[in-house]
Amino acid sequence: MTSLTETDLAPAASTSLVDVRGVSKSFGATRALIKGNFDVRPGEVHVLAGENGAGKSTLIKILGGVHRPDAGTVCRDGAPISFRSPREAMAAGVSVIHQELSLIPTMSVMDNIMLGREHSVLGFMTRESQRAFVDGALARIGLAIDPDRLLGSLPVGAQQMIEICKALSTGSGSRLIIMDEPTSALTEPEVERLFTAIAGLKADGCGIIYITHKLEEVYRIADRITVLRDGQHVITAPVDAMPANELIRHMVGRPLAEQIKRRAPLPGVTVLTALGLTVIDRTVHSDAAASPDGTRRVRVSPMNLTVRAGEIVGLAGLQGSGAGDVLAAVFGALDSRYAVHGSMTLAGRSYIPQSPGRAIANGVALLTSDRHRTGFVPAMSIRANTSLAALQTVSPLGWLLMARERALADAVIQTLRVRAQAMTVPITTLSGGNQQKIVLAKWMCTSPRLLLLDEPTRGVDVGAKHEIYELMNQWTEQGMGILLITSEMPELLAMADRIVVMHRGRVMDVMTRNQADAERIIHAAMGGEINGIAE
Amino acid sequence: MASLSETHIRERLHDLRVLWRRVWAYPVTPAIMALVLVLCIGLTFPGEKPIVYGDDGQEMQLPAAFHKWTTHRDTLRLVSVYGILACGMTVVIITAGIDLSVGSVLGLTAVCFPLLLMYFHWPPVLAVCGTLAIGTVCGLVSGGITAVFRIQPFIVTLAMMVFARGLAKAVTGGKKAPLYIQSEDGTIHYPPVVQAIRTRWFDDNLAVVTVVFLISALITWILLSRLRWGRYLYAIGGNEQAARLSGVPVAASKILAYALAGLFSAVAGICQAAQETNGDPEAGATYELTAIAIVVIGGTNLMGGSGGIGLTVLGALTIGYIQKILSINQVPEAWRLMLTGIIIVAAVLVQRRRA
Ligand SMILES: Nc1ncnc2c1ncn2[C@@H]1O[C@H](COP(=O)(O)OP(=O)(O)OP(=O)(O)O)[C@@H](O)[C@H]1O
Ligand SMILES: [Mg+2]
Repeated sequence: MTSLTETDLAPAASTSLVDVRGVSKSFGATRALIKGNFDVRPGEVHVLAGENGAGKSTLIKILGGVHRPDAGTVCRDGAPISFRSPREAMAAGVSVIHQELSLIPTMSVMDNIMLGREHSVLGFMTRESQRAFVDGALARIGLAIDPDRLLGSLPVGAQQMIEICKALSTGSGSRLIIMDEPTSALTEPEVERLFTAIAGLKADGCGIIYITHKLEEVYRIADRITVLRDGQHVITAPVDAMPANELIRHMVGRPLAEQIKRRAPLPGVTVLTALGLTVIDRTVHSDAAASPDGTRRVRVSPMNLTVRAGEIVGLAGLQGSGAGDVLAAVFGALDSRYAVHGSMTLAGRSYIPQSPGRAIANGVALLTSDRHRTGFVPAMSIRANTSLAALQTVSPLGWLLMARERALADAVIQTLRVRAQAMTVPITTLSGGNQQKIVLAKWMCTSPRLLLLDEPTRGVDVGAKHEIYELMNQWTEQGMGILLITSEMPELLAMADRIVVMHRGRVMDVMTRNQADAERIIHAAMGGEINGIAE
Repeated sequence: MASLSETHIRERLHDLRVLWRRVWAYPVTPAIMALVLVLCIGLTFPGEKPIVYGDDGQEMQLPAAFHKWTTHRDTLRLVSVYGILACGMTVVIITAGIDLSVGSVLGLTAVCFPLLLMYFHWPPVLAVCGTLAIGTVCGLVSGGITAVFRIQPFIVTLAMMVFARGLAKAVTGGKKAPLYIQSEDGTIHYPPVVQAIRTRWFDDNLAVVTVVFLISALITWILLSRLRWGRYLYAIGGNEQAARLSGVPVAASKILAYALAGLFSAVAGICQAAQETNGDPEAGATYELTAIAIVVIGGTNLMGGSGGIGLTVLGALTIGYIQKILSINQVPEAWRLMLTGIIIVAAVLVQRRRA
C-alpha cells in the first residue's frame, strides 16, 4: 500500500542526485520532520526555506549522516542509502556546511581543511602536497589567508569562509553540497565570492542545497524552492513561479508585510556619549599600516559617539572595521590585551566600563555576534540561559528565588514567541533562530537603557525578524537607546536613525536616515573619501 | 484481525521505547543503574558463609557477609571520608576544573587538628574552626592562582598537592600527632570532640562521619541548586566566555569553588584524624583519585557544566560497594586494584548515553 504511493510520488528518480521520500524524524515529543519529500538535480541550486524550527536543519542533518531518519527513504543517484556517520556521507560525495561552525579553533587553517583526509605516505603527513592542495582550495574562493594561522585567531566571517572552503574542496564529480545558512556570518564581498564559487559548482554539475533566511539571496541563486512549515513539506516550485510575497505566505502560513517600518520616536536625553574613544591592541607593536589580515595596533582611532534615548544608531563597516571593538569597549568586554582610552558618560554620569558585570549593572547590554561562542551556555536549560544576566534581580542576598526567576524569564520568552517543548530542556535542542531569540531574551531580562546589538537577526526567519524589528521599535519608544551593527543593508537602512560608517578603525562618514543610501555607505565602508563628516 | 493486533503490539512497543528514552534522559537513571549493577554483583558474590558450632556441637550457618546489615552500614561509614572530598570535587569539576590537592590537604589538616587541639591547647571549637580555615586557605590559594593567572587547575592543584603534603610532614617532623592522652596507668583518654566524631549512634548503626558526609552533600546541594553562585558555576563550566559576557564574576566564583573544596578537605581531615585517633601526615594519599572516580561514576562530566551532588552521592555508594564486595570476597590486593579499574570503566560505559 505505502510502497505504491511512494512510487507514485517519485519523479524520474534517475535524474536526481539525491531523493528524499517520506522521511520523518522526531526528538522525544517534538516531531521535527514529518514525511519530508525533497530532491536535488545536478547543476541546480535548491533553496530550502521555512521558519525557525521548521525542520530544515534536521532534513539536511539526515542527508549529512548526523541523524538517522525514523521512517522514509533517501536515494543517492537512484540507489537507497542510509548514512551512519558524517564520514560515510562525505565518502558518498555529500559535503555539508553546518549552521554551527564545526572547525577546531586550536588548529591551523590548513590542518582544519585537511582534517580527516590528510595526505600521507605510510602515515607520515606530506606537508608539501597538503600545502599545495590548501593553497589551491583557498585561491579558488579567493581567500587571502595564511594557511598556518590558528583558526581561532580569525574573525567569525573568515572562519565561516574556511568552513565553506573545506566543504567545497572535498571530493569531485557530481557531488551534493549542502549549505545551512552559510552567509549568516559573512560580509558583502565574502558573499559575492561564495556566489561565484556556487556558479562554478553548478557548471560542474554539482547539486546544491541552500538554506537561508535572506530573501535577496533566494532570488539571486535559487533554481527551485522547497518550503517546510512545522516539519511538513508545503510546496516545491521553480523560482519563477514563486514571487517573494508568495514565498513568505507559504513559510509563515499567512501574508506578511514585507516592508520593515521604523517608528522613530523623538530622541530624548543622551544615553551614551563617548569622547575620543580609542582601542589599542597591546600585542601589536608596529604602528605601520597593518598586515592584510586585519591585525593592527590601533583597533579604533579616537572617535566620538553619542546615542540618545529612543534612537537607533547604526555602526556600519566591513570585517575589521572596528565596529565590533567599539561595542566591546563600551560593554567592558575587552580583555587586558586591549587598552581603551577616552571618556564616556552614561545617562549623564561618568562611566568607566571595567567589566561586563559593571556594564550590566549600569544598564548596558551586549548581544554578541557569535551566539555559540559567546552567547549561550549549551548545557544549561532555556530558562537558565534566559535569566543568566539578570540573576542578581531574582536572587536577593544570593538566594535564588525559583518562582521569580521563572516569572521573569518565561514572560520575556513569551513576548519573543519562542518555539520550545519546555523551558527546562537544554537550549541546544532549539533551532538556530530560536536560540538567537533566547539570547535576545537574556538581555531583555536586564531591562537595559543602552542595548548594543551585533547582528541581532542572524539566522532568524522573516516572521521573527519582523517581530524583532517591532520589538526594537517598542523598546526605543520606551526610551532605550540602541547601537546596532548589522551586515544586512536593508536592515541597516530601515532601522537606523543615524549611521556611522567605519573603515579600519576610523569613522569615515556619518549620515542621518534621510541622507543614507546603500551606495554612500559602501563607498565609505571601503575607505572612500570622506563626504563631509558631521561630527 | 491478526494484523490489527500486530499493529497494536507494535504501538505498545513504540510507547515503551518512548517511555524508556524519557526515563533514560534523567541524569540519575544511569547513575542508579551503575549502582544496581554493582549491587547485583554483590548479591552474586555475597562472600563466604561462616560456619560456627553451637554449644550443642551442632553446625550452624550464619548469613553471608553481603546479607548482613552490618556490611552495609560499614560500607557507608568507610566511604564517608571519600564522599566528603567528592562533594568539593563535584563543585570544582562543574566549573570544568579539577582539584588534585584534596588528599594532601586532608593530610595537612589531619595533623593540624591535633596540633591545635593537643599541643597548643586551643578550645575545641577554635581548633576545629582553625583547621577548617587552614583547608580553606589552601583552596583559596589554588583557586586564586588558577583564576587570576589563568594557569590550568591541573597544574596548580598538582603543585598544591605536593606542597601541602610537604607542609604536613614539616609540621610534625614526619611523625603521627596523637589525638589522645595516655595517663600513667596506661588508660587512654580522648578529648570530647574526638570522642564525639568517633562515635556511632543508634547501637553503632550510624557513624557520625556518615552524618557529616550527608550534611556536606546537603550543603553542596543547596549551594549548587539554590544559590546564584551555584548557577554561576554551571555557566562557567558550560561556556566561560558566554558567562563572562553575561556579567558572571568568573574569577571570584572559581576561587570560591576551590575554597569550598579546601574546606571540605579539612572537614574530611578532621574526621579522618578523629577516627584514627591521630593525625597522620601520610593520610589521604591518592584519596583525590577516589574522589574523582566517585564524581565521574556518578555521571558528572569532567568537561564541566553539568552534573550534581545527587549523582555524586550515588557514585560514592557505587565506589563504596565495589570496594566492600571485593573485600568480603577476600580478593587479593592485586586483583582488587585491577578489578576496581575494570568496574569503573564498565560503570561509566553503562552510563554513556547514545544519541
Ligand atoms: N537534538 C534535538 N533535540 C530535540 N529537539 C530538536 C533537536 N534538534 C532539533 N530539534 C527540534 O526540531 C525542530 C526543527 O529544528 P531544525 O533545527 O531542523 O529547525 P530549522 O528549520 O533548521 O530552524 P532555523 O531556521 O532556526 O535553523 C525544532 O523544534 C527543534 O527544537
Ligand atoms: Mg537550522
